[in-house]
Amino acid sequence: MITLKNLHKSYFTASNSLHVLKGISLDIHQGEFVSVMGSSGSGKSTLLNILGILDSYDKGSYHLDGKLIQNMSEKNAAKYRNETLGFIFQSFNLISFKNAMENVALPLYYQGVSRKKRNVTALEYLDKLGLLEWAEHMPNELSGGQKQRVAIARALISKPKVILADEPTGALDTQTSYEVMEILKEINQEGITIIIVTHEHDIAAMTDKIIKLRDGVIGDLIINGDLASFKKSYAKNVATL
Amino acid sequence: MFDIDKWQEILGTIKKNKLRTFLTGFAVAWGIFMLMILLGAGNGLSNGVGSNFEGNALNAMWIWSRETTLPYEGFQPGRRIQLTMDDLEEIAKIDKIDLISARYWIGDRTYSYQNEYGNYNTQSCHPDYQHIEKLIITKGRFLNEIDMEYDRKVMVIGHDIEEALFKDKDPIGEFIRVGTVPFKVIGVYNEMDPREGTRQGLIPIATAQRLFNAGNRIHNMALTTVDVTKKESQRVEEEIRLLLAKRHKFDPEDQRAIGIYNSLENYIETMNIFSAIKMFVWLIGIGTLIAGIVGVSNIMLIVVKERTKEIGIRKALGATPGSIIGLVLLESILITALAGYIGMVLGISLMEGVNFMMEQQAQAQVGTSGDQGEFRMFMNPTVDLRIAVSAMLLLVSAGALAGYIPAKRAASIKPIDALHDE
Repeated sequence: MITLKNLHKSYFTASNSLHVLKGISLDIHQGEFVSVMGSSGSGKSTLLNILGILDSYDKGSYHLDGKLIQNMSEKNAAKYRNETLGFIFQSFNLISFKNAMENVALPLYYQGVSRKKRNVTALEYLDKLGLLEWAEHMPNELSGGQKQRVAIARALISKPKVILADEPTGALDTQTSYEVMEILKEINQEGITIIIVTHEHDIAAMTDKIIKLRDGVIGDLIINGDLASFKKSYAKNVATL
Repeated sequence: MFDIDKWQEILGTIKKNKLRTFLTGFAVAWGIFMLMILLGAGNGLSNGVGSNFEGNALNAMWIWSRETTLPYEGFQPGRRIQLTMDDLEEIAKIDKIDLISARYWIGDRTYSYQNEYGNYNTQSCHPDYQHIEKLIITKGRFLNEIDMEYDRKVMVIGHDIEEALFKDKDPIGEFIRVGTVPFKVIGVYNEMDPREGTRQGLIPIATAQRLFNAGNRIHNMALTTVDVTKKESQRVEEEIRLLLAKRHKFDPEDQRAIGIYNSLENYIETMNIFSAIKMFVWLIGIGTLIAGIVGVSNIMLIVVKERTKEIGIRKALGATPGSIIGLVLLESILITALAGYIGMVLGISLMEGVNFMMEQQAQAQVGTSGDQGEFRMFMNPTVDLRIAVSAMLLLVSAGALAGYIPAKRAASIKPIDALHDE
């Protein structure tokens, strides 16, 4: 689904340049549930932005669903984001003057779906996430967990192949975090690839594969079988705290 | 364009910032309001002064005699020049002259018809006079060449005389006594400009010369030129002056020996002043508008800045730069067009109101005093629809212009920057 080959990315400011990604090669298959970890400055957000076609890269290659993503026009990038990708953010990023249903329906608006049809679809997705009775509520009338579920519904409505989640549980308490992770797991079981960026070990432990970034390169790649030992070492870390 | 969601979103942001939107709109409304008032006032001035030329042909010239002020070939200054029919015939030969008529006044006499009588002035002239003065013949006909040839005692009376002497009776074919001489009424005239008055009887100049002892003398001449430019008309004026100077032996440099009033020259000069005023008015009006537009642009920049995050989210969800530009542009156009329209309607209604009041007043004045010959400065101070429509188009494009830079900026917002702005 996602193939990165020797990906490089630098940021330039007036006086100096910052080499953030120093050659990332990565394969993520369809239906995988992957988490990206790393200390701040390790490049995990940059990586997610590149995966989300929100940012460009300097060297290497990025194939999404078999298509090379490079030098895309803004218009094409927007279309591709809309059709292939779904985003979930730490701060939910709902539009404050639209109610839950309208927020969920927004991606379909950009696909040119008629108002009636997209509202019906939005209600379906809200129902799926147990929020049907909150459909007419504005974001500031919802709790954090509810907001994130609205955001998940919004990410799902365009039937994306990949969902990118940037610290999806970062602003939630533990119980709500686990609920959100349960939802993501269910979605993943329907065959949608999910990539989350997180710095919480317990959250990462719920995924199938953990990519640990260190100073712009992949430090550790922990896959299925190793997860048990990761959990064990994580438990040990918690114990020493 | 007629996408409910887009409009809902625009109305949503406008509603969130009522005061700000109002102030912005007010700047634009005020700009267009002032433009309409200035244009209306300019038009009023131009219509008012222009109307003073209405009563006569625009390319008419009047020539009258005066006294010399310079000594010339042994003659002392202060000599009275007397124009004659011979002068008229010579002048008529000058190139570019179209119509020409002499004028000779008989002075006030008593006009009587049956039991009705009144004191009126009689003027004698040539048949061409009708078109030089732009007389409207309401009944019968004007003087013609045959009247001239046979020295007929016929008269065209003014509308006022008809009303006073004939009441409701048809005057055509009736005889009026002027002093003791009976004249047959052949027509009734009216003036295009009511201020010029219709209290004269017009008779053929040939008749006047024979009947009232005028001999060869005339008081003044009126003529029109064929279609000429201002320069050509000035040349004709100069030629007439030179010809008369030669015939009457006065210094061609003596500007005061004869009087010439060239209405074309005056008209063109006046109209030039007005086109200059009009340009000035547009300049000021557009300046005011630009101030309003800059205001809108400024506000839209702030709006875009405030909505950075929202725009970022939209882009992440698949909004194309085009759709973002459309959103901002449309909002800007909506504010300017709506506010501008309000300003325009207010401005036009104010000018129409002033116009209505002025017309009422003018009618009242004519009713009471029959005031005539007063120089008019201001008339019909309104803006025509074409200008209003072009102002509206100007506004919409101004709105687009005002929104363009903010829209461009909105479109260039990178979703990552927007989303990390926490």
